Amino acid sequence: MTDPVLALHDLRLAFKGFTGTTEVLHGLSLSIDRGERVALVGESGSGKSVTARIVLGLIQEMRGAKVSGRLRFQGQDLDRLPKRARHGLRGTAMSMIFQDPTSSLNPAYRIGTQFREVLARGTPGITAEAATARATALLDEVAIPQPDRVLAAYPFQLSGGMNQRVMIAMALANEPALLIADEPGTALDVTVQAQTLRLMRRVVEQHGTAVLFISHNLGVVREFADRTYVIYRGRIVEHGPTEAVFHTPGHPYTRALMAAQPRITGGGVPEIAERDAQYGDPMVVHPTGAAAGAGA
Amino acid sequence: MQAVLRVLLKRLGTSVIVLIGVSMLIFAIARVIPGDPARIALGPNATAEQVEQLRTALHLDQPIAVQYLEFLRDLGQGDLGMSLYTNRPVAQDIAQFLPATLELIFVAGALMILIGLPLGMIAARYRGRWPDDLVRVIAMLGVSAPSFVWAVVLMLVFAFFLPIFPVAGRLAEGFDVPTVTGFLTVDSLLAGDPAAFVSTLHHIALPAFALALSGIGQAARLTRANMVETYDRPYVEMARSYGWPEHRIATRYAFKPSLIPSLTIIGLDFAAMLGNAFLVEAVFAWPGLSRYGVEVILRKDLNAIVGTVLVISAAFLIVNIIVDLLTAVINPRIRYSERAK
Repeated sequence: MTDPVLALHDLRLAFKGFTGTTEVLHGLSLSIDRGERVALVGESGSGKSVTARIVLGLIQEMRGAKVSGRLRFQGQDLDRLPKRARHGLRGTAMSMIFQDPTSSLNPAYRIGTQFREVLARGTPGITAEAATARATALLDEVAIPQPDRVLAAYPFQLSGGMNQRVMIAMALANEPALLIADEPGTALDVTVQAQTLRLMRRVVEQHGTAVLFISHNLGVVREFADRTYVIYRGRIVEHGPTEAVFHTPGHPYTRALMAAQPRITGGGVPEIAERDAQYGDPMVVHPTGAAAGAGA
Repeated sequence: MQAVLRVLLKRLGTSVIVLIGVSMLIFAIARVIPGDPARIALGPNATAEQVEQLRTALHLDQPIAVQYLEFLRDLGQGDLGMSLYTNRPVAQDIAQFLPATLELIFVAGALMILIGLPLGMIAARYRGRWPDDLVRVIAMLGVSAPSFVWAVVLMLVFAFFLPIFPVAGRLAEGFDVPTVTGFLTVDSLLAGDPAAFVSTLHHIALPAFALALSGIGQAARLTRANMVETYDRPYVEMARSYGWPEHRIATRYAFKPSLIPSLTIIGLDFAAMLGNAFLVEAVFAWPGLSRYGVEVILRKDLNAIVGTVLVISAAFLIVNIIVDLLTAVINPRIRYSERAK
């Protein structure tokens, strides 16, 4: 059995404030296998995004943040890794896609320049021609017409959907083992979002990239992820194969989350308690894979 | 590049209009202030007849509008008239004194950019920690006193109590540098005289630094403020997520986007140095346009006053145009929106 790409065990995060420390993640565990697409779903403030940033090591660099628990990435203990080596993984072995594509690309540099620098992370000293060729091929893969025109453009000259594709192509440029997608395309309109997500799914399948997919959008998660973790107030409350979680949600919070999804049949959003004693129920685990015969 | 050219042409056009306005204004003001230039030039012992003769020779007996038109006609031929003070053409006087002033301003401007921007960058990079506090203190000191006060302080400390720098002048005695550009730093290099070059730098260091201090403070504060804002932008987080080290994020990904709003203000500071240079020159006995300007104003040397003011206005406008062009080059949005028009 090979190591999972990513395994978090008993992850805790606390912020030091004026009035003492506030714990925001209370012992979170999850794992992602090679090439697997795993979703982390929850309401805003539940701890999805900080989890992603802990994996990259961004939170650890913030003052006042205290992270504990084990982070294993491709069999390595991330916390034991020296800082340089840890930085070296970013953008090469693991990369991230952000919420708002247009404001996540640097406004002062051309796409081509930014692309070349990302490629140089994986291939130090890559020549300009080689970088352009590789960037063109990658942009082609995410169905961008006229890649050379896009490479010569600044982010503000491109549409949000275009920038999103550029960001996906950049994130995959160095063939990372893990791609973290933090609410990708939430800033885009729904049709463009759906389009780019389909595209992203196709590309990560081709590259065999494992994905940690962070979202509050259940519809998108159901379409995209093999397995789903539901997070509520810093705790995983339910996890299992996506179909199982959606088909037979076991935890009261998961059921509430699904009930909150607006339906096309009308009737508006039902009255759902924002807090409920039941939401503190123990975690529900759906059996995975062959053992239960419940593959997605 | 075509768009940059269009910006240039547009700005040159407006500059000409501004210069005409300035010339009218200063022409009128110089003639309205009390005192008779002919009487001052000839001294108290001259007879009323002699004074009247000189007034006629200077066309001072004619209506001001006629005088202005005559001035414009001469200006068209590059003639700014004669100075009553030096008895030479005003254009020749300015050509002699202006390079020293410009040299001082350019060096001060370079100091402002080379010291101010990095200080601001460091402050933003270490926000809330001691380097930030240190830069804040330096910036406050720089802004809190006008440059001529700093000129006196620096001179006392570094030229008098600790005689590290010379007190006055542009070049040590014993050097003979042929004038080519009027910029002694450049001329000494052109003459192939490195010792003279070092001496010019040695002389210009204190006045330039005194002149630059407030600009350094402003540039540092401004750069810090803009960079602190860009540090919160998603693209900086994205740069971090790609594992770039913090120093590279500071010098590249957070710096360039914040440079764009800073640049305009830095350009204005640069232009403001033209005015401040007058007092700094006075303190360091810098043989620039200031001494000439003060002398000719006290003597009501009309042609020289108008000429000096016009040249300084033109320099101010040129600096502003350069800043606009730089902004257009650095800021892709301006470049492309100009093309779209």
